[in-house]
Formats: sequence, C-alpha cells, structure tokens
Amino acid sequence: MANNVFDLVWIVIALPLAGFLFHAFLGKRVGKKVVGTVGTAVVLGAFALSVYLLLELLKLHAEEQQVLSTLWRWIEAGSFRVSFEALVDPLSLLMALIVTGVGGLIHLYSTGYMADDEDYSRFFTYMNLFIVFMLTLVLSNNLLMMFVGWEGVGLCSYLLIGFWYKDKVNTDSANKAFIVNRIGDWGFTLAVILAFWTFGTLSFAGDGNMFQRAIDLKAANMLSPTVITAIALLLFVGATGKSAQFPLYMWLPDAMAGPTPVSALIHAATMVTAGVVMVTRCHVFFELAPAAMLVVAIIGVFTAIFAATIALAQVDIKRVLAYSTVSQLGYMFLGCGVGAFASGMFHVTTHAFFKALLFLGSGSVILALHHEQDMRRMGGLAKYLPITYWTMLVGWLAISGIPPLAGFFSKDEILASAFGTHALPVSVGQILWAVGLLTALLTAFYMTRLMGLTFWGEPRWATAHAHHGKDESHGHHGEPQESPPSMTVPLMILAVLSVVGGFIGGFAPLHIPNRFEAFLEPSAGLKVLGGEAVGHLPVDIEWILVVASVAAAVLGIWFGWARYRAGLPENERELAGVRKVLYNQYYYDWLMVKGIGLWLGGKIANWMWQFIDVRIIDGLVNGIAGFTGWVGNSLRRMQTGYVRNYAFTILAGAIVLLIWLLVRGASAGLAR
Amino acid sequence: MDAVPISWYLILSAFMFAMGVTGVIIKRNPIVIFMCIELMLNAANLAFLAFARQQAQLGAQAAGQVYAILVMAVAAAEVAIGLGIIVAIYRLRDTINVDEMNLLKF
Repeated sequence: MANNVFDLVWIVIALPLAGFLFHAFLGKRVGKKVVGTVGTAVVLGAFALSVYLLLELLKLHAEEQQVLSTLWRWIEAGSFRVSFEALVDPLSLLMALIVTGVGGLIHLYSTGYMADDEDYSRFFTYMNLFIVFMLTLVLSNNLLMMFVGWEGVGLCSYLLIGFWYKDKVNTDSANKAFIVNRIGDWGFTLAVILAFWTFGTLSFAGDGNMFQRAIDLKAANMLSPTVITAIALLLFVGATGKSAQFPLYMWLPDAMAGPTPVSALIHAATMVTAGVVMVTRCHVFFELAPAAMLVVAIIGVFTAIFAATIALAQVDIKRVLAYSTVSQLGYMFLGCGVGAFASGMFHVTTHAFFKALLFLGSGSVILALHHEQDMRRMGGLAKYLPITYWTMLVGWLAISGIPPLAGFFSKDEILASAFGTHALPVSVGQILWAVGLLTALLTAFYMTRLMGLTFWGEPRWATAHAHHGKDESHGHHGEPQESPPSMTVPLMILAVLSVVGGFIGGFAPLHIPNRFEAFLEPSAGLKVLGGEAVGHLPVDIEWILVVASVAAAVLGIWFGWARYRAGLPENERELAGVRKVLYNQYYYDWLMVKGIGLWLGGKIANWMWQFIDVRIIDGLVNGIAGFTGWVGNSLRRMQTGYVRNYAFTILAGAIVLLIWLLVRGASAGLAR
Repeated sequence: MDAVPISWYLILSAFMFAMGVTGVIIKRNPIVIFMCIELMLNAANLAFLAFARQQAQLGAQAAGQVYAILVMAVAAAEVAIGLGIIVAIYRLRDTINVDEMNLLKF
C-alpha cells in the first residue's frame, strides 16, 4: 500500500511520545506552563489526527475497513514473524478517540488539579507515556505488540498510583496493583504462546491472520475445542487482571491512592477497559468457545453485582466510584459474554464519558475540601460548587440509567442482549438479565447516596474543621471554592458527551438503527455465530425491558433520595453490621491479601525456602563441598608422618597387586 | 655337579625379603631399618643370581650378575646418604627414634 493516508496513524502515537520525551528531558527546566500546554496539546493533536483518520476510514467500504500500516519488522525467527504493525479499523480508532479525546480533557483538567504539585513535570511525563502505551495497545495488529502496550500501561498505572511516593500507603497500593496484574498477565502470556503454537501467527488482520486460521481449522474439523477454550479463558484471565474483574479486582479500589486525574484517565476511562477491548478484538476465539463465553458472562455479571453491593457502604468518595467502575466493567463483560461485543464496546464508550466526568467531579470536590475524601465529612456542597454539582448531576443520572442520557442506552442494550442472547441457553440469559437489572437498581442507589452525602443536606465539613482546632486553619479560607476553568471546562464537555453520547447507539424499540454497532461491524461483527448471537426481540418485549430498566433506575434513585436527601442518616455515622461487612468488601481483600497472599503465599515461600532452597540448592552446593572435605579428611589420616606406615601401605599395595596378578594368571591358565 | 634346585634359592630369597619387610615395619631404630632394607636388597640379589645361573645363554647370565652389582652399588650410596641424614637428625634432636619423627604430615 503505497502512500497510504493511514500511515499517519504512527504520528498519533508519535505525538504523545514526543511529549513524553520533552517532559522527561526538559520538563524541569521549562516551567509548569509550558509542560502543561505541551502535555495537553500533544494528546489533543493526536485526537484531531484520529478524527481525521476516522473520517478517512468511513469513506471506505465496510469490508475494506481494516487497514494495516507496518512500521518495521520486529521479530523474525524461523516461521515466527511479528511486525510492528498498526491496524486501523473501527475498533482501534474508536479506542484511539476515547483515549486521546477523554485523555486530552483529563490532561487539561490536570493542569489545574496538579497546579500546586512540585512534581508537575513528572506527572505529565507519566501521563503522556501512558497515552503512548494505551495507543500502542489499541492500535496494534498482533497480540505481541498489544502485550507491549498492555505491560506499558501497567507500568504507567504503577508509576502514577504511587505518584505521591512519600506516603507508604500509595507505594503499597501501587505494588498491589502491579502484583495483582502480574497474575492476569501470566494468563495473557500463556494465551499468546498457545495461540502462536496453534495458529502459527499472532496477527489480528491481514493475510493469514489467526482468526481466519481459527475459523478455517474449525471448518476442517481440526480445531481442538480444549485448545480454543484454553486460549479464550487464558485471554480472559488477562482481561480480569487489567479490567479488575472478580478474582483479581481488588487492586482497583486501592489504585485510588493516585492523583484523581489518574483515577479518571487510567482507572476509569481507558486502561481498565483494555480487557474489554482485547476480548472484543479476539472475539472470534470466544465465539468458537461457548464455555469461555459463559464464563465471561457469569464473571461479568457476578462482578457487576458484587462490586455494586460493596459500593453501597463505602465512605470514601473515590472508592465508591472505584467499585462502581468495577461494577460497570462487569456489565461490559456481560455484553461480551452474551455475544454482544459491540454493546460491550458501546458501554466502554459511554462509561468513559460519564465515569471520567464523575471522577473529575469528585476531584474537584476533593480539591475544594483540601483533600478530604470521606463523604461523611462533606454535604451541602451544591451551593458552593455549582458547576461541579450540575455536571456531576448529569453523570449521576447517566450512570443510573435515566433516559435519554448515555448510560441508559448502553446499559439497556447490554441487558436486552443478555435477555435475548442466542449464544447461551435462554434461561441463563434471562438469569443474567435479572442480576444485571438488580445491579442497575443498586447502581442508581449508591450513586444517589454519593450525590446526597456530597452535595445535599447540611454541610458537615464546617463542623469537622472546628473539630480539628485552630492549627488546621492555615490553608483554609472559609468556604469551599469552585475549581478553576481548566478543571470545570473538561467537566462541562464531558457532561455534554454524557448527555448526547448515547444517541449513536440507536434505540431498537423506536426502530432507530444502531449506527454504533454497524460502525463496529468490521471489527466486532460476529464471524462464527453470524448475526445469531443476539436474537431480535419483538418490539413489545423490548419495551418491557426498557420499562424494567428505567423502573430499576428510578426505584434506586427514589430509595436513595428518601434516605440521603437530607444528608448523612444518623445510623450511618458509624460502620456496623452489614454495612461493615460491605465496607470491608466481604473481607475478600483481607482474605486474599492476609489469607491467600500472606498466609498461604508465606507457607509456599517458606516451603520453597526451607525445602527447595536450603535442602536442594544449598544442599547440593554444600554437599559437594562437604563430600570433598570428607574425602580430604579421610585421606589426611593416611599422612601420619610415620615412615613405617608408608612402608606398610606400599607393602599392602604390593600384596594386593600380587594377588591380582596371580588370580588373573590362574584364571587365564584355567581358560587356556 | 648336581645342582641345588632353584626353588630352594627362591624360598630362601622370599624368606629373607619377608624378614626385611617385617623389620622395616616394626623396628624403631633407623640403623636397624637400614639393615633390614639391606636384607631385602640382598634377597632380591639372591633371586637375580639364582635365575642368572640357571640361564643357558652367556648374555643372560651376565645381565643378572650386572643387575646384582648395580643393586649393591645403589645400596652402598643409599646407606652413605642415609647415615649422613641420621647423624644430622641426631645432632638436631638428640634422638633417632623414627616414631618421634612424624613432622611430615598434614
């Protein structure tokens, strides 16, 4: 492909890379203003270029919408060939737009949020580097290059969670995120190896890509169901790590230790959706492995409701949003699991808008209250932070699923897909739908709680400050102040997106076609299951589902309104009973970290130390030395210094030699 | 002349050799040990000469006798050096008991 306009895709990655290098080498010298401007400009520049590429891509026919751009041959060993190659298709461009678009807004917000931080340039260095790796992840045309981005965003996540490294809590959280993700990456690595072993290639598109080979092998009846299920499940293990799904979710709430823009960018809008993107990218494998689909759907819906219940009792505003993120990611996997990959990606998109909005809003609140995160010491802030309040109100309604905001459309589509799935047994799909619906109710409830505790009722922060005494008053200038425009403008833009973002998805009950799904068709269209994964529901059923999900949202909000309208209920000032169990995430974290991690891990490590290391490794080394010493010691006894002993030894040797010669001679004589 | 059978010479030689070995191993006085070594050397010489006498060829006879003379020459040289060492040890340590001379050990 000579002179391909899509070769520009490398500039999309190169721009933030240049920003990263600029901050890394010159950031300290040029001052905050330049760093903030450059850091934001490169991301927004990448966004503009992505928009241009999208417009170019849309000019092509749907079946041509997978364009490759090779930068260089990367690894060549025997038949193993991996190129540094970008795949420009609807899925990768959609993600590039989210990453650079939402990411650019968050960079803009950061110029305000981090304005007083002494490590301002280090922050933008990491943020730009994160964008580079995230774009590598979503734009790659093979699993290995995706893995590079995958690990790179993990690194940046680690660096940014522990950004304020002088607090040990933060570095511990960073370590936790990194270590838990290693478990997921172990699955990803095995999946890559197994996929290469099975298909002999790792590329997503182009001649002889692995999906085409998988389908061909299946058609020739040469594809072992065990192998394809193993690949799909191992990929999903990787996805559970990065996307904080059930067994490996516990790093995400702790990741809130990082600065709030980080929580918004990495841990809500982009990186955690990498698992969904990867599953969608590899959807052919999942289509070929129904068992893996079922696992994805069940883990997804379980994580959704599990995290939602935990969110009910959190007191830290960012932890509520963190569990909410875990829960919403569960929805996305539910979508993938029932075969509605495009719906999953739709929710990724809308969620990026409203969750980034909610996180940035909470950051605005936190900044206004001088780094107070406990919602029990907030309240009544609507009056003081009007822009933050109104934008967060939009985010709240959007995530709760109130039509016609963005969250409603995507969530409803996933629930309808679960209800009408053909990829799984109908009864299973309906159970998944019911659990998802209950989760929607819980979501509306805890988000109303968050809004009530933060913005409504009487201020509790004033009393809290009085409580602290005079010495606390140094940085406080009375009432909380609204954030600067650099922070409120992104909030407003995200609020607008949260309102209108849902309309791209269409609305089946009103026969508005799903343009989003049609757009993603080249990347996420079902190749094995055909159009059959999600059956077309009759319109009256569709309406019932819509009414059910709206009812769940309204009910949740109504419960929340009744309880938290006036601020903090008396009985919630202390953690007790069920609330304590929920607050402690059913003690799962405690069990995993203290139990499995420290106790069982300690036992295994101890056994490794005592048995493998001390006995076998050290035993081998010391054993050889000991044996040599023993031989030397034994031989030393022969060196008596008495001449006659030596003489006796010679005699004994002579006698032995003589006997041997005689015996040999005798037997030789007999043989003759 | 009816010869004494060679086995008699060899039995005597073996007996002398065994006595010499025994003496070397059990005696403490280095001079006696040297005498015992002489005994062993002479046992060997006796065997040499007995075999030499038995040989029909003149060359082979001469070879055995030359070996015996060589052994005697070596033994004489050995004793000369050995006695020198023994005298030196005596001057140094006032004793020549071999059991007290065990410094050459680890």
